Amino acid sequence: MSHDVVVVGAGLAGLVAGIRLAQAGRDVAVFATGYGGLPLAPGVVDVLGYVEGPVTAPARELPGFLAAHPDHPLARIDSGALAAACRWFLGLVAPLGYQGTMERNLFLPTAVGALRPTALVPETMAAGDLTQGGSVLIVGIQGCRDFYPQLLAANLAAAPSPSGSRIEARAVQVALPGNVGSLRPQLLARRLEQPQVRAELAGLIRSELAHEERVGVPPVLGLENAREVWRDLQAAVGRPLFEIPTIPPSVPGIRLQALLTRSLRRVGGRLVTGASVVGGDGIGGRLASVRVASAAREVEVRADHFVLATGGVATGGIVVERGGGAREVVLGLPTTAVDLQPDPLSEYFSPRAGDRLGLAVDRLLRPVDRQGQPVYANLHAAGAIVGGAVPWREKSGNGISLATGYAAATAILGELN
Amino acid sequence: MGEFEVRSSLDHCVKCTVCESACPVAGVTELFPGPKTVGPQAERFRAGGHSPDLSVDLCSGCGVCSRVCPHGVRIAEINSRARAELKREHGVPLRDQILARPGLMGRVARPLAPIFNWALSNSTVRWLGERTLGIHHLAPVPRAAARPFSSWARRHRSLQSDRRVIYFHGCSTEHFEPELGKQVVRILERNGFSVLIPKQDCCGLPLQSNGLFEPSRRYLTRLGRQLSAVDGESLPVIASSTSCGLMLKREGLEILGLRDRRLVGVSERTYDIFEFLAELREREELVTDFSPVRLTVAYHAPCQQQNQVIGKPALDLLAEVPGLRLVEMEQLCCGIAGTYGIKREKYDIAMEVGKPLFADIADCAPDLVACDSETCRWQIAKATGLTVVHPVEVLYRAYGGI
Repeated sequence: MSHDVVVVGAGLAGLVAGIRLAQAGRDVAVFATGYGGLPLAPGVVDVLGYVEGPVTAPARELPGFLAAHPDHPLARIDSGALAAACRWFLGLVAPLGYQGTMERNLFLPTAVGALRPTALVPETMAAGDLTQGGSVLIVGIQGCRDFYPQLLAANLAAAPSPSGSRIEARAVQVALPGNVGSLRPQLLARRLEQPQVRAELAGLIRSELAHEERVGVPPVLGLENAREVWRDLQAAVGRPLFEIPTIPPSVPGIRLQALLTRSLRRVGGRLVTGASVVGGDGIGGRLASVRVASAAREVEVRADHFVLATGGVATGGIVVERGGGAREVVLGLPTTAVDLQPDPLSEYFSPRAGDRLGLAVDRLLRPVDRQGQPVYANLHAAGAIVGGAVPWREKSGNGISLATGYAAATAILGELN
Repeated sequence: MGEFEVRSSLDHCVKCTVCESACPVAGVTELFPGPKTVGPQAERFRAGGHSPDLSVDLCSGCGVCSRVCPHGVRIAEINSRARAELKREHGVPLRDQILARPGLMGRVARPLAPIFNWALSNSTVRWLGERTLGIHHLAPVPRAAARPFSSWARRHRSLQSDRRVIYFHGCSTEHFEPELGKQVVRILERNGFSVLIPKQDCCGLPLQSNGLFEPSRRYLTRLGRQLSAVDGESLPVIASSTSCGLMLKREGLEILGLRDRRLVGVSERTYDIFEFLAELREREELVTDFSPVRLTVAYHAPCQQQNQVIGKPALDLLAEVPGLRLVEMEQLCCGIAGTYGIKREKYDIAMEVGKPLFADIADCAPDLVACDSETCRWQIAKATGLTVVHPVEVLYRAYGGI
């Protein structure tokens, strides 16, 4: 098999790179062991959420932050790449009505009622921005699994909003007719695609509403036609209404995953999952092919360019060895890890030596060796495998994946043109 | 990956729920708690083979979970083994014993084809079948062919060539769709291959998926012997049934834990027909003097084809056929999963799983639907009322009916 470009990994970074390259007319194949983390996450794009404290304006904060962290993935790529990637992404996911800018973070309730600073959000969640505080009715649906309205309301009310104003939150539980036992949010989302079910839900919510300005509901507003379900329900309730994510699996994440994989297919890209890439072969400073494990044997897949987007330590792109050291699993590329000896005395959340572990890359996102030279001239890395960031602390994970996936594609297109 | 690796792969499960988000069955019914719950999670309660509950029986075995797991956990395979244990404990109903032996069914039904076909289209007979056996009265069933594929194959004198392949046609081609087998043979011959068709029996997949591992092992080992080297030469084995092809390629080794030397050899040399043709094309050895086929064809790549991890070679190859408008369907599963959707208690689930696919096919308004797997073809044909063919038939037409 041969393609113009082979992408390894089907998380946000791999899909973004694949879609963009296929949009540009390249023959793209994405091979992945499985899906990436999209179906687990709330489907929002954090760009920069925390530096010392919560970040309200990522565009303003980023230059200083990146100057202080020159090895950060966002510092490696072109300074306009992140903004360009965000604009491109908003166009791509327009069917889900994503909105937001890098100028201002929205502060959306998480599954446990903390506030998450995030930049790009689907339309169904946007009204949950509590930057300025406000009063919210949190509506649980009886039987809906993984959604805890009391906990949410109590935690939201316990802390002030970023602007210092109060958040008032009250929890209620409503029961849809015929809904007994425990129901997965995905199944409930399918049921709400039926107009009469959401009319019933709207009636129940209206009867519970008092003076609250806004209404938060579980993320069950349809799988295929979320915008229509959301618009309908909001109109029937008569107040701004928003989804609050659950713990995994996450319906908004599933919607985003479905939209991105469909987008890849529709621009002619191929996605093959269950397809672990187990190695590769280089010739003369270029990666010539990778080996994909099919059901019966390993298959050699050649390409002119490759994108490695297999994720970091958390998703198995990089494995930390017992006793220190780390290895990149597909091609055995050098990582930035030097000393991973655990410090038993450190606090759970305190910084660790391995936090920024990943691949060192050049400005074209090509993994480099210890001398700073690209390992392969035609291999680019994207997403969590790129070292230098602490995404869970910075709230920058999806922003890095989006920007590096986009930038890897730019690098390849630049080289091809 | 062998038996031990399959089970130990569950140590890699981080309970992330990606599999539950993609599982076609969990997506439509609360009765099935999802692949993670009945697999990696329940496995720790299965000491001594005893299963904590019966819900694993609602797994259709489509394998989507294993294919989307980012950590390589063999979820479907673990669940298949757990189902076999469950069946050992609780017994296998007569219905499943019958459905699990399509070769036997075919041998009984085919000589009586007119009666068999009439009976299965008769609503009273079907009603009785549901009441007595538990085969849903609306479930898709194939029509028995008047003559088996093997009787044609015995008479057929294949092209004489140094390039030889073995054709593994499977039970469905033998008893229900012999035309498909003839088309496969002629397409291979058109590309310069001499096609050997040894006597062959069932691969044991339906036995495996119905939890009957012991007879399944015997069947597959026998098939491995039947398809082994000819004249001491290790020839490629070409399969046109994707689920049976996958059984040879991987499932027999992984799920049944077979280590038979001949079977391992055959497994490594087994190709899906389109995988094989695509490799020819890659080497620029494929005959591509296609005639126009002026049709709109909706193509659905079935689960067991996707589980072979070969991409969608039929889609790539047929894209070269002039005049053909080939539309890729985006849904994962039609619901039938072999014998799953035929069963009374699972029929509704299977139809609900297939609903989005049937709707997409209706939207596409095709002249034909193409799908590589036989039970999926029957399910889609029954649900949509359209003609559903193996993509081989589309290619055969492009070769001008040869």
